[in-house]
Amino acid sequence: MRKHTNFGIGVGLRVPHLSHILERKPVVDWFEIISENYMTGGGRPLAVLDRILEQYRVIQHGVSLYFGSSGPLNRTHLRDLKQLIKRTRTPWVTDHLCWGSIDGRYTHDLLPMPYTMEAARHTARKIRQAQDFLEVPVAVENVSSYAAFHISRMSEWEFLNEVVEQADCGILLDVNNVYVSSRNHDFDPRLYINAIEPQRVMQIHLAGHSRFEKYILDSHDHPVIEPVWQLYQLAIERCGPTPTLLEWDDRIPSFEEVHTEALKAARYMPESAMVRQ
Amino acid sequence: MRFTQVQRQMAAALMQRLGPGDRLARRSATGHDVDVAAIIKPNSLLSARERLEIYSRAYWFRLLDAIRDDFPGLAAVLGQRAFEGLARAYLADCPSRSYTLRDLGSRLARWLAAHPEYGARNPRLAIDMARLEWAHIVAFDGPAGKVLDPEHLLELKPGLRLGLQPYISLLELQYPVDEMRVAINTSGHAPRRVVDQTRIHLAVHRAGLSVYYRRLTLPESRLLRSLRAGWPVEEAIGRCFRDSSGESEEMLAKLRAWFAAWSEFGWLTVREANGERSRP
Repeated sequence: MRKHTNFGIGVGLRVPHLSHILERKPVVDWFEIISENYMTGGGRPLAVLDRILEQYRVIQHGVSLYFGSSGPLNRTHLRDLKQLIKRTRTPWVTDHLCWGSIDGRYTHDLLPMPYTMEAARHTARKIRQAQDFLEVPVAVENVSSYAAFHISRMSEWEFLNEVVEQADCGILLDVNNVYVSSRNHDFDPRLYINAIEPQRVMQIHLAGHSRFEKYILDSHDHPVIEPVWQLYQLAIERCGPTPTLLEWDDRIPSFEEVHTEALKAARYMPESAMVRQ
Repeated sequence: MRFTQVQRQMAAALMQRLGPGDRLARRSATGHDVDVAAIIKPNSLLSARERLEIYSRAYWFRLLDAIRDDFPGLAAVLGQRAFEGLARAYLADCPSRSYTLRDLGSRLARWLAAHPEYGARNPRLAIDMARLEWAHIVAFDGPAGKVLDPEHLLELKPGLRLGLQPYISLLELQYPVDEMRVAINTSGHAPRRVVDQTRIHLAVHRAGLSVYYRRLTLPESRLLRSLRAGWPVEEAIGRCFRDSSGESEEMLAKLRAWFAAWSEFGWLTVREANGERSRP
């Protein structure tokens, strides 16, 4: 697995920022797109994407492959995804370590896995199939969660390690999700970061969240809080320079504000990891 | 319990319709309740049901938002309250079967035709609007075929078959929902009086990157439908003018104008080999 150590800091490509980006052409190391938003076949979304691709590197991030769903992979989805990969030439693709569909019905959510060996084997097999078909490395993202199952027999990080080892794939480490889940399930987030295999971490996500009375919600609508930056620092210390992206999906501020927040990650990256403009 | 069973039970519980106050319903519509506590662990702050409720509310709110975004005209025609009721009933009957939320409303018009009780005072108008708004989505980002070179048309070999861009929808409507949708876009609400017109033929298409509504005459619509169905051009033309008693020069002028406009819009495509007639 080839790790890209000098990809720098990216920003999620979001509709409210498109005209700013296309007109002003800000200097950004790379953009992350939500793959499914561009798997429509034609029209404005792909035309806009083509203009972005003329100027920027793009990494694809998916939200509905559902490696952890008990059914098989959706072949149509994979074919559409591969077509988009040819267009973007993304060096790797990511999706989530979760489930979200059952018996052909889609929840469009990132639902937590039961942490069992049976589920790990099944999930790893599907990731391998996807990786073979797509012909690019796949990295799976840890999701934030609000529920835990009686049948689970291991911790989330043990499950993640088991899956990526069996699948021989990468990890998209979302440090905000680690933090959110640590609060919702009462574990030490540093234990999680320290437990994962650093060589497998291909990308890192950062985001803000919302605090409610009885739980924390991964809402992507705030700046990154200090404890999450501290976890990020730990992750960079362990994993070395790693492509990092800030997600901001709700109550989206100006592009400049989002980019400025993302660039704070540079404080924790060695100089050599930053893209020279 | 195997993880497949856990997923099936959790999905059944979180996809069941929300109860009063948008809380997780105590009893499902089918009466088959999932024993949530048997699959989900509580923690010190939240019961198993409360934990599941976080997911259930997220599921419903996400899908309702998506339907609201895709069908603003239908919401304006029905009123927000009736639309909310329709959306919840539709999603309960027709959960998403696509990996993308973009397809969520693909069955709405057909479902509404089977459930006119959700169409408020004018179900036919609601169905027309739902059809238009789904066609709008298809025109916005649907795939395009290879545009026919106009030179190809000059040859007009016997048996030539043409295709029509897959992003174009040809609608036959009873109400002027095209004009209403434009008015709703501008003013945010539906016109108070709606005139019932008999048979509007409409093409919902895109030019450049924008969606357009183009009214068609009956023969023009008939010809486009015949071409899409795979009839050879000369037979399609015959079908289009089958009820017409006009002069042949007049028909020829119409044909020229239509083909010129369709070529300009890039509507006509090369039909793949073996492109036989798909339906009579």
